[in-house]
Amino acid sequence: MKKLINNPAIVVEEALSGMARAHPQLLRVNFCPTYIVRADAPRRGKVAVIAGGGSGHEPMHGGFVGPGMLDAACPGPIFTSPTPDQILAAAAAVDGGAGLLFIVKNYTGDVMNFAIAAEECQIAGVPVQTLLIHDDVAVEDSLYTAGRRGVGLTVLAEKICGAAAEAGASLEEVVAIGRKVSEHGRSMGVALTSCIVPAVGRPTFTLPDDEVEIGIGIHGEPGRKRAPLQSADAITDMLATSIFEDLPFARGSRVIALVNGMGGTPLMELYIIFRRLAELCEERDITISRNLIGNYVTALEMAGCSLTLLAVDDELLHWWDAPVHTPALRW
Amino acid sequence: MLKLDDIMTPTITIEIATMIAWMNRYADKISEHQALLTALDAAIGDADHGINMQRGFEEVRMRLAHEHVDDLGILFKGIGMTLLSKVGGASGPLYGTLFLRMGLVAAGKATLTPTEFASAVAAGVEGIRQRGSARPGDKTMVDALMPAIIALHQALDDGGALCEALQAAAAAAEAGMKATIPMQAYKGRASYLGPRSVGHQDPGATSAFLLIQSAAESLCAAEQINA
Repeated sequence: MKKLINNPAIVVEEALSGMARAHPQLLRVNFCPTYIVRADAPRRGKVAVIAGGGSGHEPMHGGFVGPGMLDAACPGPIFTSPTPDQILAAAAAVDGGAGLLFIVKNYTGDVMNFAIAAEECQIAGVPVQTLLIHDDVAVEDSLYTAGRRGVGLTVLAEKICGAAAEAGASLEEVVAIGRKVSEHGRSMGVALTSCIVPAVGRPTFTLPDDEVEIGIGIHGEPGRKRAPLQSADAITDMLATSIFEDLPFARGSRVIALVNGMGGTPLMELYIIFRRLAELCEERDITISRNLIGNYVTALEMAGCSLTLLAVDDELLHWWDAPVHTPALRW
Repeated sequence: MLKLDDIMTPTITIEIATMIAWMNRYADKISEHQALLTALDAAIGDADHGINMQRGFEEVRMRLAHEHVDDLGILFKGIGMTLLSKVGGASGPLYGTLFLRMGLVAAGKATLTPTEFASAVAAGVEGIRQRGSARPGDKTMVDALMPAIIALHQALDDGGALCEALQAAAAAAEAGMKATIPMQAYKGRASYLGPRSVGHQDPGATSAFLLIQSAAESLCAAEQINA
């Protein structure tokens, strides 16, 4: 294992303490229990938007804490869900009296820990709603499975819900906007390498030099199938086709496109992917109204990328364009 | 209704000390099998089950060493809360829920009869089933726990002593655990592997079997001392 770390047992804490020092105007970090809140929390009368999940996906979620996006983020250990006591402490720190929105990626641990926290909030009389993100088309969706994983769409949902909450929308309004995002967004990813969890010290899976793993999640877990390494265009075609066919994205529709790096892929390659994605959208008469290209939802140093398309209307575009000021997203 | 075993062996009650012995024995067993649990999880999950369970039950062990309670409801609730905050992942809420629900059944009691103990465990397992919405056959801890509960109740209803009943439950849990090997996972992270999850023993079912096995060992030891 070759990593710039001091001690595998405290990588999350040391990274968070670096974040706190880097962005004191934007956020505060609390330890024991661990959470990140915006510097001006709590904001009276504003719906508090709270997200969380395992660490190792940086900048998600902590990098999205700040005006116009998240009020709080609850980072768990690497690839492990945060616990209810963390979520409750973060909720107490940002509750502005207008209710809480939990944005939860669909993983068994995340769902259960946030559910327990939500039950506790309800018992305490604090209104809370949960928005589940499950956009990964690689996973077969069924009532009898854990369902689709939450991946790249999470960033778009956090931005859009955060903007609406910042503008004073009610909890019901913010949830409705979030559901619209969840219903109209789809993603799929590919890995060129696995990644190494520091405490484990070796790759989570091994991939021969000439193969890729199609349909990966964001934890270095194996995907649905292996395929020979192909050109960037061929891989983009494969990922995009799965996404186009799933929703389906109609001719004439407008989308926000996210080409997301998994942590170990250069921006240059992401632009090569975006170039092909733009061609494919043109062929299908789909307009890419906005795009986001970079490392936003990562799996440590995994090489690979994911594509996310979100079909948008004027309302979603309005909230996407609203000002945001966080460590990782700013306009 | 008075159960036959209550009449025949009216002196058998389950004390707080026995429950603490159960938890300590389970913490030992988790440490002993940490590498196995982690290896099973590496095959179909994310390679942290042994590590997470060990962290959680070492905390439980520490808590029980320092805490003095005379109410089993408070004891179980404390265990559940510790697991919720220290285990993380999916196992934290599931094992946490098991003990929180046991605490609700045992609230206000300093001792339990065998039937009350069985009811408490059954309520805990029902909590796990609800929290994880897993059905038998989904390749989860439910596949070890449901047969264990059925065997436990059956043995007590047939007039068996608690020790024998728990041994039957442990045997049923072990069979349930082994039965997860050919199953395809429909819940949890293993489900993302689809058919590739077949052929691996479920790590959650394995830690669940160890829990029932620890109960049998601790309660049989207590019964011998009392007898």
